[in-house]
Order: sequence, then structure tokens, then C-alpha cells
Amino acid sequence: MSPSGAEFIRQIKSQIAEVDPADVHGWLNGGGNGNGGVTVVDVRESDEIAQGHLPGAKLVPRGYLESRIEGAVPDRSQHVVLYCASGNRSALAAKTLADLGYEHVESMTGGITLWKDRGYKVEVPRKLTSEQRERYSRHMLVPEIGPEGQQKLLDAKVLLLGAGGLGAPTALYLAAAGVGTIGIVDDDVVDLSNLQRQVIHTTDRIGTPKVDSAEITMHALNPGIEVVKYQTRIDASNIMEIIEGYDVIVDGVDNFPTRYLLNDASVRLKIPVVSASILGFDGQLSVFAPYEGPCYRCLYPVPPPAELAPSCGANGVLGVLPGTMGLLQATEVVKLIIGAGEPLIGRLLLYEALGATFTELKVRRDPECAICSRPPEEISEEEMGVFPDYEAFCAAAG
Amino acid sequence: MATVRIPPVLRPSTGGEKEVQAAGENVGDVLHSLADAHPDTQTQLFADGGELNRYVNVYLNDEDVRVLDGLATPVGGADVIVILPAMAGG
Repeated sequence: MSPSGAEFIRQIKSQIAEVDPADVHGWLNGGGNGNGGVTVVDVRESDEIAQGHLPGAKLVPRGYLESRIEGAVPDRSQHVVLYCASGNRSALAAKTLADLGYEHVESMTGGITLWKDRGYKVEVPRKLTSEQRERYSRHMLVPEIGPEGQQKLLDAKVLLLGAGGLGAPTALYLAAAGVGTIGIVDDDVVDLSNLQRQVIHTTDRIGTPKVDSAEITMHALNPGIEVVKYQTRIDASNIMEIIEGYDVIVDGVDNFPTRYLLNDASVRLKIPVVSASILGFDGQLSVFAPYEGPCYRCLYPVPPPAELAPSCGANGVLGVLPGTMGLLQATEVVKLIIGAGEPLIGRLLLYEALGATFTELKVRRDPECAICSRPPEEISEEEMGVFPDYEAFCAAAG
Repeated sequence: MATVRIPPVLRPSTGGEKEVQAAGENVGDVLHSLADAHPDTQTQLFADGGELNRYVNVYLNDEDVRVLDGLATPVGGADVIVILPAMAGG
């Protein structure tokens, strides 16, 4: 005779390992093998999860377990604790994971009900509106993003230095992705010669400040984000005030003095910079995460002389190229915000469009770096953006 | 012969070539061979004292020669040397 549902669950529970909420609480709070040693997965439905879940839990409803668990827990040797409301569905899910080859899976007895009865803390996720759930639905479906990652994007503050070639595509896609606050620094106005590549601007906005033009396009694409405009040229007198408080900075500026200034200020404030530069058919990209990887000065201790540092205005650039490089920047920004993948830290990516080649080079921290070899508080405002032949460089650059 | 990748700013000095072959036992020799064949690259690569200009990054395959043995780093025939200047265009 077929077993009853209750009998079936009882049989399953005899085949899997269970764990008491007290043990899970200890692990999550640094006891035992610590939080790094265990991955907690909530297998309830999304409407239940919305009422609260264990801190740091990954959310994989049991109905999607087989198709999504590898995204949430790629390593089958990882210690996994599953829970549901009372411990039955998680027991069934534990059996499924064991069948899938997961080696160390436990079901939390009593589920979140017992967890709460013990007085342990739960996290109540902030809810996306129905409009946001629809707008970002394709993000929701990606295991590495999901509602949690989308909330991180909505909470994030990203500063774009420049609303030109690189800034234009970056601003568009970050606005579309729902980065909640996007600052833009640019003192220029839209010029006809910009429109071959700066796709955020339009012909009827020639003469309009770029920050205003960018805001119009970004809000037309996504009215739910905030655009903070800085119609100014960034310099030593205003950089600290402008960049402080941002989570990530996107460097798309068109000159060396500002790149060095930004590097030094961002190291001082420990803000990661997603940096790209373009010329002709060539692009360079890297992520400078202060004290985690090299900084811009570790890669380029001094700038080249002005005759070897032509600008796009002087030498030209393929109109598509800043699109390619700007979107690689936007991708790195999203990865940094949601904490997914391997950011381009300590690596420099070269793109050569004519040959359609990508080359990756290693970038090491320089133990003698003039800036990041020292603690941030020792970097004085007077030395920021300064390099040995700064005066000569700026004079030659005109 | 090693392959040397020429950055855009140096291509006018190599007749527009993006890659050139150059002989040498080590990085310095290869770059001097390049400068011999394309004299305009000499002052762009080397300072008066013969050392690499500080603003020129040179990679052997994917590694900065500054963390190897600099210009004395041995080079094999299958190696690729990348000359990399900073670019500021945005």
C-alpha cells in the first residue's frame, strides 16, 4: 500500500540529516565553523519569504530547486542547510539535493517557525513594487541577481565622471538596470561632433549641458532612478566633496591630470573605480579597488609626455568603440554592486577593434606606489593628482 | 624572433604595423632590435641613460617585465612582447 503523505515525509526524514536551529544560529554568528562554512537556503515560496527569512539566506523555492540550486550553490561539497516553515519541505528538498550529489546537506528542524520561537533574528526583505518587479523581471530570473541583487542595484550610488563617449552608454545601461542613484560630472554642452558616439544625447539637444541632456534620456528610459547632476569640471578643490558617499566611480574622463587626481582621491576614500580609456580602435579596461588590488598609479606611475598622449579630439576614435568599452565598464559596475563573478581587479583588458582581439595583462600592486602603498589617511589633499612633471605636462597639453 | 605588439601611438613609427618581429635574447635586446629597425621608436621607448622610459609599460606575454627581470628578462621565439602606454581618451 502506498504510504500516506505524512508517512512519506517521515521516511524521507529518516534518510536525511537534520540540524537544530541553535546550531544554525551559532554558525551564522561566527561560532563553530563560522558563516563562511555554511550556506543557508530558504526553500519556501516567494510570498512566504517576503514575510522574513534567515539573515543571509539564499532564496530558492522548492519548485525551482533542481533548476536553480546550482546557481545558488555551485559547489556540491559545500555545507548546505535548508529550511522552510516547519521542516517538512526542507526535508524533502534535502533528499533532492542528496540525489543531485550534494554531499553535506541538512534540514533545519522546525523551520523558521521554531527559529523565530527561539527569538532569533529574521530579515524582512524590502518589497519591490509591482512596476519594479515587471521592469526588472529579466534580472529576477538570473540567479546571481534575483530580488536581492536588484535591491542592491536600487540602493547603489554610482558616479560617472564624464557624460561623453564612455559615460553615455554606461549611463544608459546603469539607468536601465535600476542603479538607484547615478551622479554625472560634466561641464560640457552637447556638440554636433559628439553625436557620432555619445548616444545618450540627441541632435535637438545640441548646446544643452550634457548633464541635463543625459538626465532627460535616462529618466525617459527609467523614471524610477535619481540623477544627481554636477555641471562642473572636477578638480582638486571639489573632488573629495563630489565623490564621497558613492559606492563605485566610473572613470571615463579624457585627460591624464583628472585620471591621477581621481585615483588618489578614490584611494583616500577607498572607493573602487571602473576605469576605461579609448583611442582610435583601441580600448583599455580595468577595475581599481583600493587596497584590494593595484591602483591606477601602480599600473601607470607617470603619464606619457603630451606628444605620446593624444586625445580623441586630436586623433579621433571609432564611434562604436566607447560603446563597447563603456558597456564593459557598466558590466563591471553591476558585478561590483551585486557581488557576483570575478571583477577585473588586478587585470587589464585590452580590446583592439580592427583585429577583433582581446588581450588580458596582469597588473600587480606596486609595493612602492606613491599613493596606495600608504594608509589612506596619510594621503594629503595637496599631493592628490600631482605627478613629478605635472606642470610641464599640463603646459604641453595646452 | 619574438612578436612585439605596437600600440597606436607608436604605429606611425613602425609604418603603421600593429605587430613586428624582432630578434633578441632578452626584452632589452628585442626592443633595441625594434628601435634599430624603426629608429623613431628609440626616444619613445628609451630614456637618455638607456633605461626604459617610466611611462612605457612592457609586458612579456601577460606579465609586466618590472616584476620579472626588467630588460634582462629572457625572451623565447614564441613569446609576445606588449608595449603599453597609458591612454586617457574617454
